[in-house]
Amino acid sequence: MARITMREAISQALWEEMERDPKVFILGEEVGVWGGTYAVTKGFYDHFGPDRVRDTPIAEAAIVGSAIGAALTGLRPVAEIMTINFAFSAMDHIVNQAAKIHYMFGGQMTVPLVIRAVSGGGRQLGATHSQTPDAIFAHFPGLKVVAPGTPADAKGLLKAAIRSDDPVLFIEHATLYQVRGEVPEGDYIVPLGKSTVQREGRDLTLVTYSKMLEVSTKAADQLAREGIEVEIVDLRSLRPLDMGPVLASFKKTNRAVIVEEGWKSYGVGSEVAARLYEEAFDYVDAPIKRVAQKEVPLPYNRTLEQSAIPGVEDVITAVKEVLHG
Amino acid sequence: MEKSEHFRLYHEMVVIRRLEEKAAELYQQGKIGGFLHLYIGQEAVSTGLISARRPEDRVITAYRDHGVAINCGLSAREVMAELLGKATGCSKGKGGSMHMADVHKNFWGGHAIVGAHLPIAAGLALGDAYVGNQAVTMCMFGDGATNIGYFHEALNLSKVWNLPVLWVCENNLYGMGTAVERASAVSEISQKALGYGMPSRRVNGMDLMEVRQVASEMIEQIRQGAGPMMLEAITYRFRGHSMGDPERYRKPEEVHRYQENDPIGIYRRYLIDQKIGTEDELNALDDDAMAVVQDAVEFAEASPEPAPEELYTNVYVEA
Repeated sequence: MARITMREAISQALWEEMERDPKVFILGEEVGVWGGTYAVTKGFYDHFGPDRVRDTPIAEAAIVGSAIGAALTGLRPVAEIMTINFAFSAMDHIVNQAAKIHYMFGGQMTVPLVIRAVSGGGRQLGATHSQTPDAIFAHFPGLKVVAPGTPADAKGLLKAAIRSDDPVLFIEHATLYQVRGEVPEGDYIVPLGKSTVQREGRDLTLVTYSKMLEVSTKAADQLAREGIEVEIVDLRSLRPLDMGPVLASFKKTNRAVIVEEGWKSYGVGSEVAARLYEEAFDYVDAPIKRVAQKEVPLPYNRTLEQSAIPGVEDVITAVKEVLHG
Repeated sequence: MEKSEHFRLYHEMVVIRRLEEKAAELYQQGKIGGFLHLYIGQEAVSTGLISARRPEDRVITAYRDHGVAINCGLSAREVMAELLGKATGCSKGKGGSMHMADVHKNFWGGHAIVGAHLPIAAGLALGDAYVGNQAVTMCMFGDGATNIGYFHEALNLSKVWNLPVLWVCENNLYGMGTAVERASAVSEISQKALGYGMPSRRVNGMDLMEVRQVASEMIEQIRQGAGPMMLEAITYRFRGHSMGDPERYRKPEEVHRYQENDPIGIYRRYLIDQKIGTEDELNALDDDAMAVVQDAVEFAEASPEPAPEELYTNVYVEA
């Protein structure tokens, strides 16, 4: 197994799927000649050519809408939305078209579409370019939403997404591209809709995903030095949401903290906490806590921005509050 | 055109008309729910246009889709059953009036968000271009759709990528209740194609033969690689935007004036003047169309409701 970055893992998955299946093609802003704003598709244009690596106008509805149409004809488009903040300009096509066409026409049409989008804050891009609106998209039945936290999962989930006959929103975190990890070579698939235990522990269950897996892992390392062993469950997919490993872990630890980067209200943490209360109430030994973004548009100033995004200390504090009351 | 083809088109138009008149009745009786946007008055646009296509050419339209469905070859039975929300409907009773489709007949819906299907149409054409199919996508939309961003994004993309799309604007003079000149900076919609370097034509949408002639020419040019084009068909809807439209925005005299130019009447007169058909032959087609619709109603009413478990099917392909 090679130790590569998240960027390389995503790039590898795309490259291998395009080599494997001529129906897979990429479209989006600056994916071709430029090589991808985050350099994920660097070298693709020269290798696969302009028909399969298609630069588009800055027109998100046209990007997602045309990708839906191409998917209806049996192609497997991978549409890149430069950042998830721009996905709002394609909101109708994502949630009202892609997510509903299969159902609404009685199953006769399928939309094997992947939308890659970069989410997350922490880079001083200001309020419009720093959001983590993952939960909004996870609200809609018909759409699958995945957000990997490790390079291996990024590769395996992206391959699964491209091969899926359902529309998948594949959320990448802007500050995870340089993170390294062991990634299996070749045909490595991680099934969609499966959460997983990333770290075992007996005292408390930390439920998280994407960038906050990294933050939660650092918090767990520090807590371990104090003798507190937390178990980390990585959701990986927000829809369908796989509560199996979360419930199994919670029934063992009886305590949970949910960590997400997005806003707390109506978020992933709200959903997971509600499910735990609904499905495992008898196992609750302490109030479940949510760690999430402060309820403000993210500011430009670095100190202010960092204070709004959940950090290692926020997670440690929440864990201790749940453990010690 | 063969006499049999003329008769087929005339029959289709009358089926659409009778089917929708019947649908309006069933709506009043509470047997059809939701919205019901009737195509009455506009039949020549869809009938003429779709008569010019080859089977490999794709058709996609907005929510005023019953006529388009019939023209694409869906049976009156499955259209009526869909209106009644039955399991035998073309979308299994899950789509309703605004979401009819049959991909095997290359009819890709029935889309209810104004303008949203235009980028999808560009993608259908991209799919054909990508694999080298010599197919043309016909995308129909109303005048109202030309004021929303999707229209402009889609036309621009289609030209930049030289996609085989015929953009067909059915200009029925009103977007819901707002007259074209009150909503659009240019009321000659075909001018909007100029902004995208795209050829355009304007036709009398009440005249099936004119629509068919011009559409045929444009479709063949697009098939030969000429790139996307736009066809504006001037037409008029005789009924309200949807059922329950108070029609405060237009006078009854205006509606009556247009009704005197009924597209079915114009075509009928043409067939008789050209000695293609006799009154008796056309009356027989009228009678048959009525029988087809009556049969469709009986079929739809006798059809089963969707099974309760259908609620959860087709959310995903893979559970």
